[in-house]
This record gives sequence, structure tokens and C-alpha cells, in this order.
Amino acid sequence: MTNSEKNRLKDKAFQVFGVFCTLIGLVVLAIFLIDIVIEGIGRIDWDFLTSLPSRRAASAGILTAWAGTLWILVLSAVIAFPLGIAAGVYLEEYAKKTKLSNFLEINIANLAGVPSIIYGLLGLELFVRMMNLGGVLLAGALTLSLLILPIVIVTTRESIKAVPRTIRDGSFALGASKWQTVWHQVLPASFGGILTGVILALSRAVGEAAPLIVIGALAYVPFVPKSPMDEFTVLPIQIFNWTSRPQAAFLTNAAAAIIILLLITFLLNGIAVYLRHRQQKKIKW
Amino acid sequence: MTKKHSKLEAINLDAYYGDFHALKGINIAMEEKAVTAFIGPSGCGKSTFLRTLNRMNDYIDGFRIEGQVLLDGRDIYAADVRVDELRKEVGMVFQKPNPFPKSIFENVVYGLKIQGIKDKNVLQEACEKSLQHAALWNEVKDKLDKSALALSGGQQQRLCIARALAIQPSVILMDEPASALDPISTAKIEDLIHELKKDYTIVIVTHNMQQAGRVSDHTAFFYMGELVEYSKTKTMFTSPKDTRTQNYITGRFG
Repeated sequence: MTNSEKNRLKDKAFQVFGVFCTLIGLVVLAIFLIDIVIEGIGRIDWDFLTSLPSRRAASAGILTAWAGTLWILVLSAVIAFPLGIAAGVYLEEYAKKTKLSNFLEINIANLAGVPSIIYGLLGLELFVRMMNLGGVLLAGALTLSLLILPIVIVTTRESIKAVPRTIRDGSFALGASKWQTVWHQVLPASFGGILTGVILALSRAVGEAAPLIVIGALAYVPFVPKSPMDEFTVLPIQIFNWTSRPQAAFLTNAAAAIIILLLITFLLNGIAVYLRHRQQKKIKW
Repeated sequence: MTKKHSKLEAINLDAYYGDFHALKGINIAMEEKAVTAFIGPSGCGKSTFLRTLNRMNDYIDGFRIEGQVLLDGRDIYAADVRVDELRKEVGMVFQKPNPFPKSIFENVVYGLKIQGIKDKNVLQEACEKSLQHAALWNEVKDKLDKSALALSGGQQQRLCIARALAIQPSVILMDEPASALDPISTAKIEDLIHELKKDYTIVIVTHNMQQAGRVSDHTAFFYMGELVEYSKTKTMFTSPKDTRTQNYITGRFG
């Protein structure tokens, strides 16, 4: 066999291996999805979405769970969005390159990798106990905000970095201050990217059960929360609760709830993809 | 050249990027309502010097200057000078056209809007006047609300000039304004420079010696951070005094 034949064979072999690796992930996901859909799709109806939890599987619904998830989603967004963007803008545009800012940068990147249950413990100590909020929506949203802040900061910085130097120069040369340049040029040009990052971060937060269980969110909440100071549950906790029951009917409920949770996540991801696509089409440097 | 008022002046100017000594003892006076060209090989300090004239280097970490830059006799690096006020007086056009990703109208009035001018009539009038001044009005008057990014490169560069004119500066700095453009667009920019020097003091950095010869009244030759020679453009191109200048303009290096 000549060398070039050998190389071609290696090339081919690697290609096959690559396809195999790609498929593993997809096939496992597909099997999981099909399994869940078969199990749970029949259970989803209007009553399931609008009923309160119950001891009897057949009459139990997820109204309080998805309402809680929605509350958490909105509150976390409202808290993490301005904080994360402000921090990202500061680090990228204002902070001088010192040892301190380097230290901060490395640690923000590290924070993005901290296990979510650690954030739960932090939230329990800080919000539930020290601030005396109790296991309410606001405490949960603050905890999840901490969890997604590093991601929001990092994506904000990446998006801001992508705005070319020449745009800033153009703005400065016309007499704009730093703040005016950030507000009128940098943020509008990077907003699509920032929003995409925030939504992806939120879709991660939506799936979290562990930190919320730690701060004391309940599995059984017999009412829909009406204010941030109410007790709450969320879909992942409801699912966790149902899957730990022995009766088969509850497993069906869990599968149905998983479908709803997946729909919310896919919807958020879809919005993110759409925004990114629109951004790329609108702005060509 | 001493009869006319000198608009911009550098006195014993030294500039550093960290440890790198980028400009060495520059002394130069630029005449009002005339075109001064800076030429020299890459890295000779001509762009650095241009950018000290409206303090665009302020944002570069480790950049500092010694000496003075005078605009109408006033030191622009004095403690009481506000940089935004200075830049209203000294406009700038960059090498690569850099329109904002906004409409043509919004591009032209950006400098006015950030000064807090909101009156629609004032803005529209300024927009038309500036675009006419930049010889772009006839090409864009029907699509002022369209994105500036849809314009050709040459049009974008004239838009950037219009944008600089809108805030009514008295000096316009141009950093190789035609180097990214085709010959026809370049000719239009050069014609425009001829027109603009009736009302504005223009300082232009260029790599293109023919261009310096065509558009400028005075030429300054920079080499390794020094101002080697500064004289009337005609004089410099016909009888350069320094051998380095001669070698450069005859194309022996650079």
C-alpha cells in the first residue's frame, strides 16, 4: 500500500469514527425523547395543565409547577439581565487592565463552572436565612440569578468584544463620551448576542431542581403563587417528586411534565437561535 | 507660509507607547485653511502624530506625551481641556470607512444628537448641508432612512466625511482616507479635499506620494519617529533637502 493510499484509508476511518461519535449523542437523545413522548403525551390535556397537585395521580396537575417556573423565569431575567450586562460593560469598556481586574475575570469564568447545588447552599444562607426571606419565589429567583450571572457576564463581554474598534473610534471622534459610545453604538450592536446569551442562560435555570430544593422550595404547593413572597414549586421539582413515587400512574404524570418542560426549553432555545440569526443578517461589518 | 495664521502647532512633542519612543521632538506648525500631508514609511509615527492632534491615543494603555500641541494657540493637553469639546473642533476621518450600523440620516446627525440637539428641523437642515458639502447629497437624498451599510465603499467614506462636517469642526484629520477605495472613489475624495480646504484646515496622512502631491499645500516627511523635512509640497517633491526624503520620494525605500 502506498503512503497516499494509507492516508486516504486513515481519512476514511476517521470520518466513520466521527459520524459514530456524533450519532451516539443524538441517538441517545432521540431514544429518550421517543420514550418520554410515548409514555406521557396521552396524559397531557387541558385539565393536566390547569389542575392543582393531588395525592391521586389521575387528578393531579401541574398548574402550580409551571406557574412557579414562569415566575422564576421572569424574576431571574429581571434580576440577572441588568446586573450581568452592567458588569460585562464595566469589565470590557471601563476596567483598566490591572492585576485585580485579571483576578476578577478568571474568577467569573470559574464561577460559571461551579455546581448548581453550591449556589443553592449560598442562597439558603444568604437569602433564606440572613435576609430572612424564607423559601419563597424571590429567594429562588435570586439564587438562580447568581447561578446564571457568570454566563450572562461572559456572553455580554463576548458580544461587546465583537463590536469593531472602528465603530468606537468613529463615535469618540465625533465628540461622544465613553458612556454615549456604549449606549448609542456598542450596546445596540451587541444586543442580539447579549440577549441570546441571556436566554440560553435562562433555559439552563429553568431546568434546575437542586438549588431550589436546597433553599426550601416545596414539592407540594396547593396554590398558584401570587407574589414574589409566596412559596412555590417548579416543574423540575414536581418531576423529581413524581418519579420518586412507586405508582406507575405518577411516572406517566412525570413524563407528561417532562414534555412540557422540554417544550419551554426548546421554545427558549428557538427564540435564541432566531435572534442570533436575525442579528447576523442585519449587521455585516 | 508664515503670513497665514497657523492653526495647529506641535512644540517639542515626544510620544511613547510604554517604553517605545514613537515621536521624537516634533516641531511643526500647520497653516489654516490649507492641506498638510504627512508622508513616510509604515511605522514612522505619522498616524500616531495625527491621532495626538485630537487625542485619539488617550484610550491606548501606556500612551503618553511630553511637549505641547496647540490649537489656535491653546494647549489641547492642558488639564482644563475637555476632550469632547476638542473633538467638536477637530474632526476625524479614518482609513477604513466606518459608518455606524444605522440609517444614513442617523449617521450624519449622530454628533449633533449626542450634543443634545433634538429639533427635527435643525437636524434635517444640518444633514442636507453636510451631505451636500461632502458631495453625497444627490446620490442619497431619496434614501436617507436606508442603512448606511448598503452604500458603496466610496460613498461610505464620503458619508463619514459628512458626519465629521455636521458638527462644524475647523480642522479635519484624515488618516489615509482613500487607501481602501478604488481609483474613481479616490478621485472623488481628492476633489472633495480641494473643495473643503476653502473652509477647513485639513491634515492628511497618506501612503501615496502622488496623492500627497495632488492634494496638499505642505508636506511633512516622517522617518523613525522624527520629522525629517517639512516644506511646501512642490519644493519637497522637486528639491528635497534631506537624502532620506529624497530616497523615500524617489521610491528607494518604504
